[in-house]
Amino acid sequence: MTLLSNLPVLPVLVPLVSAVAALVSGWYDRRAARPIVILALALDCALAVLLLSSVVGGGPISYHLGGYAPPLGIEFAVDLLNAFVLAVVLPIMLLAVVFAGPTVGREVPAEKAVSFYVLLLLLATGICGMTLTGDIFNLYVFLEITSLAAYALIAAGREQRSLVASYRYMIMGSLSAGFILLGTAHLYVATGTLNMADLASRLATLYDSTLVHTAFAFFLVGLTIKTALFPLHLWLPGAYAYAPSPVSIVISTAVAKVSAYATLRVLFSVFTTAFIVEYFPITDVLLWLAAIAIIAGSVVAIAQTDVKKMLAYSSVSQMGYIMFGIGVADPVAMAGAVFQILGHAVAKGALFASVGSVIALGGPRDVRGLAGLAARMPVTAAVFAVGAASMIGIPGTAGFVSKFLLALGAVESGRWVFAGVILASSLLTAVYFWRVIEVSYFADEADPRLPAKEAPLSMIVPAALLAAACVLFGIAPDIPLSVIEPAVLLLLGGGP
Amino acid sequence: MIESLIESLLLRYNYVMVVVLMLIGIYAIIAKSNLIKKIIGLNIFQTAILLFYISMADVVGGTAPIIEEGATDLVYVNPLPHTLMLTAIVVGVCTTAVGLALTVRIYENYGTIHEDEIPGVEA
Repeated sequence: MTLLSNLPVLPVLVPLVSAVAALVSGWYDRRAARPIVILALALDCALAVLLLSSVVGGGPISYHLGGYAPPLGIEFAVDLLNAFVLAVVLPIMLLAVVFAGPTVGREVPAEKAVSFYVLLLLLATGICGMTLTGDIFNLYVFLEITSLAAYALIAAGREQRSLVASYRYMIMGSLSAGFILLGTAHLYVATGTLNMADLASRLATLYDSTLVHTAFAFFLVGLTIKTALFPLHLWLPGAYAYAPSPVSIVISTAVAKVSAYATLRVLFSVFTTAFIVEYFPITDVLLWLAAIAIIAGSVVAIAQTDVKKMLAYSSVSQMGYIMFGIGVADPVAMAGAVFQILGHAVAKGALFASVGSVIALGGPRDVRGLAGLAARMPVTAAVFAVGAASMIGIPGTAGFVSKFLLALGAVESGRWVFAGVILASSLLTAVYFWRVIEVSYFADEADPRLPAKEAPLSMIVPAALLAAACVLFGIAPDIPLSVIEPAVLLLLGGGP
Repeated sequence: MIESLIESLLLRYNYVMVVVLMLIGIYAIIAKSNLIKKIIGLNIFQTAILLFYISMADVVGGTAPIIEEGATDLVYVNPLPHTLMLTAIVVGVCTTAVGLALTVRIYENYGTIHEDEIPGVEA
């Protein structure tokens, strides 16, 4: 029973402790690291599901670290939203680590295998902490843990260009964390507390204070760099494109989605809807930026010849959808934005897994190089097609549900132009994904640089599972929506 | 108007210095092409934030928050921001380490630490 009463903190502790275990056993035998990491993440997934089910059944959980009651002590506040995000993100991380097996020795030098796996676990630690914490300074610390692990992971491969990409990401990420830290300082000066729930209630009387407005501006800039909202997205394409394939999967799904979650949490739980709509009217600005991001990301993606670069710019566009939901700030569109956290994570995971297995096995990176992919690697090509369908928003995939909800929310709140943006973006998305599907299925002869046969099972199975999830959540959107809808109502109602 | 502005700036000279340092740091990050100088700029930026936290927690005439028996009229400085900054210092050191390690690898691969001399790097 004591173990279960400490449930909220376990998702953070398990990867942290296992990281040390993996490092130590990796000294003795390099092959020992991988099973430990897979086991730890599998346990973490089970814990996340357990956490979600206990929140669904028993309401929000407040866990006091070290037994010190908030607001003085650090609190882990688990509600429907962050339990949901955790349950989405951790399984994808697990699949990415399984996927990583064959890439070690190819994309990642074999002698770096142990540190590579340990960093993945530290990344998981940071992600769980960011998701679960109810303390704003704690959020900053976990954000930095996540980011530091991500910088190192991006540069872990043999790809030379990843070094500069990682360096850029490091500079931008540290600036963004600095701004978040400054925002935290201003909030602390204004209220004298760091606990999110306590902040929300104390800020309610201070909405006119310039100090709070300054704090909000710092948070907004910091968080939009982290979520790569246009025009602060410049670090993203290189980081996604040149990272080793499993790392591309992890940062484009887990890290990106948790940053989006942190934005939701700070905007709606700390500052509340009333503040961002009435006192510091930022939602319209965010909506316009998101609309520009959605269109510009797609247009630039059309111009790319490198497939991973194309997927990266597509991420700029798709992350715009989440900001779009925040900009509309009504329950339907917000549900769309949270569904997008799920839908985009599985779809982009599937796409990066598919392209990643081609590249990891020595295949080409450019779109033309994928000619004849369906004949050589049928499963990989099919996974790509399903992921692309979800990105475009074809009915029956997860991407359709989120785009439908976002458009519906925009129409219901009378913003017809923005509903048009979503439709236009779907068409643009179809343009750049169709190029790939066309060459991979309808090319006359296969590109000689492609791998001769299908990828190994440990790559196909995670990719296929992600693609299956796209379809499952598209056919049965009620399963996630039963959690998302109450979570969004709770979020918009203010207070975590 | 001007006098009151100058007066309020002088009274809060610590915050003015924080802003100046922060801008110097951001300038170095943006304007320098030497990768190590950029990291130094980042360090200056982070130091400015540390100073901001530390100076905001200070109390005039305050002493270290150690409770002594019998001493009831002591004023203490706020220890919480100071402890928070211990964490931020550690984070800053880690970031610098990662950044310098990346710079070493970039130098090994490209033979330069000047951003504009690295071939094939686009936005």
